[in-house]
Amino acid sequence: MSVPRIRWHIIVFLAPATLVYTAVMIFPLFNTLRLALYSEVAQARVFVGLENFRTLFFDPIWSEQFWNALGNNFWFFLIHMLVQNPIGIALAAILSHPRLRFAALYRSAIFIPTILSFVIVGFAWKLILSPIWGIAPSMLDAVGLKFLFAPWLGKEEYALTTLALISVWQFVGIPMMLIYAALLSIPDEILEAGEIDGITGMSAFWKVKLPLILPSIGIISILTFVGNFNAFDLIYVAQGALAGPDFSTDILGTFMYRTFFGFQLQLGNPHMGSAIAGAMFAIILVGVCIYLFGIQTRMRRYQL
Amino acid sequence: MHKARTNPFNTVGMHGALILYTLIALFPVFVILINSFKARKAIFREPLALPDSDSFSLIGYQTVMRQGDFLLYFQNSMIVTVASLFFILLFGAMAAFALAEYRFKGNLLMGLYLALGIMIPIRIGTVAILEMMVATGLVNTLWALILVYTAQGLPLAVFILSEFMRQVSDDLKNAGRIDGLSEYTIFFRLVLPLVRPALATVAVFNMIPIWNDLWFPLILAPAEETKTLTLGSQVFIGQFVTDWNAVLSALSMAILPVLILYVIFSRQLIRGITSGAVK
Repeated sequence: MSVPRIRWHIIVFLAPATLVYTAVMIFPLFNTLRLALYSEVAQARVFVGLENFRTLFFDPIWSEQFWNALGNNFWFFLIHMLVQNPIGIALAAILSHPRLRFAALYRSAIFIPTILSFVIVGFAWKLILSPIWGIAPSMLDAVGLKFLFAPWLGKEEYALTTLALISVWQFVGIPMMLIYAALLSIPDEILEAGEIDGITGMSAFWKVKLPLILPSIGIISILTFVGNFNAFDLIYVAQGALAGPDFSTDILGTFMYRTFFGFQLQLGNPHMGSAIAGAMFAIILVGVCIYLFGIQTRMRRYQL
Repeated sequence: MHKARTNPFNTVGMHGALILYTLIALFPVFVILINSFKARKAIFREPLALPDSDSFSLIGYQTVMRQGDFLLYFQNSMIVTVASLFFILLFGAMAAFALAEYRFKGNLLMGLYLALGIMIPIRIGTVAILEMMVATGLVNTLWALILVYTAQGLPLAVFILSEFMRQVSDDLKNAGRIDGLSEYTIFFRLVLPLVRPALATVAVFNMIPIWNDLWFPLILAPAEETKTLTLGSQVFIGQFVTDWNAVLSALSMAILPVLILYVIFSRQLIRGITSGAVK
């Protein structure tokens, strides 16, 4: 094996994947970061260094939009962490109960929203929450809570939270499935050992199962983070590229789209678009690094 | 304390919680589907009633069929999804085999390089992707989408498939080598059939995000003849927003193919997720 000759078959096996991946993913990624350092002056591309980022963070017109989108994005993420993941874990805990009947049926049904496209989800909820059709108000009326109804998607103070909850409704299936798989992989001996010590029911969940599934909770957290910080489709479908009312549902994805392509009277600006993409890249990178080095390596993994 | 495991209240409570959540999950889909078969007046008068002989109407579907080119959109989505899956599986399996089978300089580095894309979303590079597609004349062709989805799917495919390829027995491959089979024959004839379940898992994982994507069709292929079903229904609904029959019917028609795919593949999908392929 130590004969120094080129083993062509290795190159042939690796080449197609490496070429497509490098040309369509890695190269454009770095090229976008490079474009963020340029600007267009008199129809020519000029190197401007970090000028675009200075504009984005400090210029009053740009920075207001940027910090607004970033703040909204964090709120969007927070709602997912506080609502989606706990519901997912609770559903998985119930589903993994050993003597539960119809578990497969429930599991498949609850996963259905996850397979639907944002276009379907966005419009379906828009219709249901619409005051014109009146399904939501009449259902609230039936339980005597009609006074709670408001055109949620049209009010600045509620729209973003409403959209985040719609997204939670759509994606709750993913944490449910991953946690369900983690719970099933806990060996019976451990649970039985706990039972002998008198730990059953709810306390078995909190004291035995939850510590064992912490690594999976870490994975769903980072998946949620990356997914939320490049979200775009749902907001675009439900509220349009302007992310109304009055930019109250604007997140980084819609902000980048608007900047890159332009809207109404503003012309598209690929260089500022690249700068926003660069900021998104940095945020996602920081999140992934915190997860990989700060959380994953410190988390105690139990040998199962 | 042992009562807790057989307590009937617990069982009722568990089923109650699951039924409640199942209703929440399915209610919007149900409302859209039943109302798409109703006449306009009935949609507003009794939104939660099932269509009966009085309120039944297919007017929405007729509008959709007349105004939108849904057959073309469907065909485009099919071509893009199937072609992307084919390239992800073929190229992904080849690279995974090279990484799992051969020891060579840079093996680990190559694996890490290909794994980078698992966590970094390809959308970040959109500006440069569009520029490249314009420069190569691929903009507004289905090839632009196929290339992007292939690149997007490869990192996870290589990662999952190489885990499975490591489990294929060495004796089998060495027996093939003694019989004089080339490395290519060993890969295509011996290894590939053995990892078929892993290939199916990768295919199912990639299928739904590709079919549902709105971002890249909107940016790379918005022309009428290359619209995918997701983009086509988004544009159609945007134009017909006041025609409730048409909107509801278009939504139902967009739901149907995914639902059929799900019914066919749900077992594979759930087995894939729960077998720890995502760890």
